[in-house]
Amino acid sequence: MPRIEYSLLTTQLAKWSRCLTAIAMALAFVSAGCEAKQPADSTPKATERSVVRVAAASDLKFALGDVIAAFKKDAPTIHIEPTFGASGVLFEQLTNHAPFDVFLSADITYPRKLIEQQLAVADTEFLYAYGELVLWTSKFSGIDVEKLGIQAVTDPKVRKIAIANPKTAPYGRAAEAALKSLGVYDTIQDRLVEGGNIAETAQYVESGVADVGLIALSLAVAPAMRDKGVFWIVPADAFPRLEQGGVILSDAKDSAAAEKFRAFLISPAGRQILTNFGFNLPGA
Amino acid sequence: MDWNAAWLTCKLAGATTAVLFALGLPLAVWLSRTRWRGRFLIEAAVALPLVLPPTVLGFYFLQFAGPRGLIGQTFERLTGEMLPFSFFGILLASIICNIPFAVRPFETALSAVDPSLIEASWCLGVSRWKTFWSVTAPLAWPGIVTGLVLTFAHTVGEFGVVLMVGGNIRGVTRTLSITIYDDVQSMDYARANTTAVALLLFSFVVLGITYGLNQGRARAR
Repeated sequence: MPRIEYSLLTTQLAKWSRCLTAIAMALAFVSAGCEAKQPADSTPKATERSVVRVAAASDLKFALGDVIAAFKKDAPTIHIEPTFGASGVLFEQLTNHAPFDVFLSADITYPRKLIEQQLAVADTEFLYAYGELVLWTSKFSGIDVEKLGIQAVTDPKVRKIAIANPKTAPYGRAAEAALKSLGVYDTIQDRLVEGGNIAETAQYVESGVADVGLIALSLAVAPAMRDKGVFWIVPADAFPRLEQGGVILSDAKDSAAAEKFRAFLISPAGRQILTNFGFNLPGA
Repeated sequence: MDWNAAWLTCKLAGATTAVLFALGLPLAVWLSRTRWRGRFLIEAAVALPLVLPPTVLGFYFLQFAGPRGLIGQTFERLTGEMLPFSFFGILLASIICNIPFAVRPFETALSAVDPSLIEASWCLGVSRWKTFWSVTAPLAWPGIVTGLVLTFAHTVGEFGVVLMVGGNIRGVTRTLSITIYDDVQSMDYARANTTAVALLLFSFVVLGITYGLNQGRARAR
């Protein structure tokens, strides 16, 4: 009896293992095939769809969606593919030659460093906005940030204060500088929690894991947050100006398409969208 | 759910599983049969990704496979492509991460096969290759399938290394687990939840099948 069972099993499983090998090989083949096809797909031609990969600071998470939608009407063949992150993290990836075409940083010093390292095209540097910092809290927190201003962070109800990581996020550096210059930093230092980027920081306060947070105005006015909280705008002289700048990268696959997108962002139409999201504009 | 990311995730998990089947099985066979005294060192190295933080792997990957690293430069010279932020980059990283998930179940199952059956087959003049496929592998198959299933499932769930090495680029390195991270930061909780539920069910079904398979096998004995 065990012998019969064993021989049956053997033949069945020899089939099984052959089948598995075949599946494995097919999978390897398919994935190799997909890879091989990709470079051909992305070869730009005037009439063909081209893809512009944008590495964008997280404060643009919602504003850039509107910019992209408006740009699509102007240039339907150009497809914008955004990736969001802290400007410092994106900068680090770009120094390792991450395959992006345009970099929209929340701090213009990063694009400038890329130009120095010849990773970005020198004459494509542009200033697209000045960032605004706000102290945000949920409608239900019972903390009157509009009346208290920065003193709200010292409220006993506040257990956690969210800021972005100052090492990698320009808004985190701005928040730290503002807390220091407004004289509350030492009192509240042990209540600070750091988000990896400004969008994550905003999510901390939006979801209530932090009671208040210093976030970008462009996130606070976005539909995802607008009706959920109240905020106080941190005075511009409390922190070094957030000069948000961009650049086209040297490795850009289709620099003509990238240039079109850059031009749109600083055109009146692009500037209007940025204004809607609370950005201050250069030369305005 | 982001179907583009779902397809990419399947591609990554499928390719990782295929490679580890091809390379992990011979290694497991050797580990299960060798009497070499230094075997424990190889076994420790195989298990390393189980305890190593993904950041350690990501850090060294970027050091060695990045544009200034030896592996990265060699790869670029041969293919003209970069390893970090590419599909091959996350594939390579996920192969390394998954070595223990494939090799350990393979090895356990192969070690449990009675050597006298294998020797009997050899004595009957059957080649080693044929003996493996007609005697050893059929007896060890639940362990082999377990290893493949765990590898596939673990790759689907990989997050830290993929984000650090791959960087979150749509269609290239943005896997399902990364879309959840993205969606949460966009406060799109509904979409994050859809993907999370799908991954939760997938993981449970996969583990259910694996345990079911092993339990059925244990009873048959």
